[in-house]
Amino acid sequence: MARTATREVESGSVKGAWRRRVNTDRIAPFLMIAPSVAAIAVFVYGFIGWTGFVSLTKWHGIVADYTIRGLQNYAEIFTSYRFQTDLRNTLVFTIFFLIGCLVIGLVLAVLLDLNVRGEPFFRTVYLLPMALSFIVTGVIWQWLFQPGTQGNPTGLNALFQSFGIPLAQQWSTTAAVWPAGGWRPGWLLVPLGIPLAMIPVAVAAIWQMSGFIMAMYLAGLRGIPDDLREAARVDGASEWQVFRYVVLPLLHPITLSALIILGHISLKIFDLIMAMTGGGPGFATDVPAINMYETTFKSNEYAVGAAIAIVLLLLVAVLIVPYLIYNIRTETQR
Amino acid sequence: MTTRAGRGGGFSYRRVLAYALMIVFAIFFLLPVYLLVITGLKSFQNVDVGQMWQWPTSLNFGSFGAAWIDLRDSFHNSFELTIPATIVSCILGSMNGYVLSKWRFRGSDTLFTAILFGMFIPYQSVLIPLVVFLRNIHLYGSIPGLILTNVVYGIPIVTLIFRNYYATVPSDLVEAGKVDGAGFFGIYRYVILPLSAPGFVVTAIWQFTSIWNEFLFALVITNAPEVRPVTVALQNIAGSQFTEWNVQMAGALLVAVPTLLVYIFLGRYFLRGMLAGSLKG
Repeated sequence: MARTATREVESGSVKGAWRRRVNTDRIAPFLMIAPSVAAIAVFVYGFIGWTGFVSLTKWHGIVADYTIRGLQNYAEIFTSYRFQTDLRNTLVFTIFFLIGCLVIGLVLAVLLDLNVRGEPFFRTVYLLPMALSFIVTGVIWQWLFQPGTQGNPTGLNALFQSFGIPLAQQWSTTAAVWPAGGWRPGWLLVPLGIPLAMIPVAVAAIWQMSGFIMAMYLAGLRGIPDDLREAARVDGASEWQVFRYVVLPLLHPITLSALIILGHISLKIFDLIMAMTGGGPGFATDVPAINMYETTFKSNEYAVGAAIAIVLLLLVAVLIVPYLIYNIRTETQR
Repeated sequence: MTTRAGRGGGFSYRRVLAYALMIVFAIFFLLPVYLLVITGLKSFQNVDVGQMWQWPTSLNFGSFGAAWIDLRDSFHNSFELTIPATIVSCILGSMNGYVLSKWRFRGSDTLFTAILFGMFIPYQSVLIPLVVFLRNIHLYGSIPGLILTNVVYGIPIVTLIFRNYYATVPSDLVEAGKVDGAGFFGIYRYVILPLSAPGFVVTAIWQFTSIWNEFLFALVITNAPEVRPVTVALQNIAGSQFTEWNVQMAGALLVAVPTLLVYIFLGRYFLRGMLAGSLKG
């Protein structure tokens, strides 16, 4: 069938038209993606280069000043109290956020995979927060974590008290670091420890994102052939052993993807914290993304803001670039 | 059909435990939503923060009315931003996805990876040039400027969704089209586009939700209150000392309504877009 068609095309005057079409076909794909490729080249790569350049200049104030200052801006941020706090906070937030999302996501996926009745309802509920803006989430949780006063608690404190559990937490309104005062090595300006105000922020973020991880794990679980589990059961494995030695190892690639997706979200987190605490109290919930925004657009320190942006980009790139390369390699092999 | 929970021990305590856990988690996920709704429904006399958890004594939509007055204009702005940006995104995504899945060339996978990188960058790393650029082309502080920004930075995800989607369209169809004498555009028009509806639905839902919920670009690019989308307006209400907290909550609920409706009625497609974002869709 195909052969006859080709022969027809190649015969006579059709041949010339066919050749012309092949030539168009060679150029047309490039024309079709040209607008997007150009846009990405300029708005992503060009602008990153431009930001990198700005980070080496003296630009502060409204008017651009492209006098070269070198790496001085970077030296400045790394020796600033605020940026050091940001890095500590990001690390703490990332740990809570990753563990919370992975554990809750996996547990929810396993539960939903038990073929229980009402599965669609529960799945819808767990994924609901994903449809919301981080700003909406921030506004709700900010009120849930309002501590109120000793005699007149509000939010979660009030809820727990109505169940007879006294909970006088200060939540996001304290600048305290745990363990008390933290631990500060001589070369740092910032005490290391867990800024307690970061925990409510992490809870809100986990509330929003763990449904996503659940969906990833659920897709993975449903892709595991039942025969594999059945074979292990026939070999006398208990349900737990089936999960631990058959199912869990097969979910490792998903865990890796989830870690990278969550990790980069956590490095970039901005909206949620802006809506919940604005980075306060003090800098207890401040992160590089907020620092960059305020340094650049509130204090007009464009060069320093650009330096913060570049450091943030490098942190994300270290995580994402190997992942992207790995993804495209495994895809080509498939 | 045997249920998995029922197997193993054959006991139902496992099932009871599963339900108990699922209900506890459902409470965790719904508690804030519950608070959001009951607060929104309370009257102004009834909104002492100390009585946050009490049921409203009488239904009162006053909070929604007050929040609506604050948010009405920005709702208009958000639709004016989100709808055109979503449409343009879908068209670009379909075009890119078609080329990168069915007309691969040397280096097309590398190019695709380079495009995808744009999806993961912290946008802080492009904000300064973006503002300067938008000022120069006189789009700074305007909704068209925000549309342009959201379309451009949406290119990676829409390309990814469509490329993954078109990968499921058998290449034999494309080959058959070639044999029948159709060229690049003919195959796109007569073979690919008629099959593209699900790709368009997933992309449209994804872009609508993300652009509606987007905050950083909106915050930086729209300086004047008249052009603010809902997220920035809500953040302003929430940060204001003068807005009662029930109005803030009602506002949050109003802002969430469009995306919630999309999620509730088109959740299946929403989920697909979400999983595409993890690259393993």
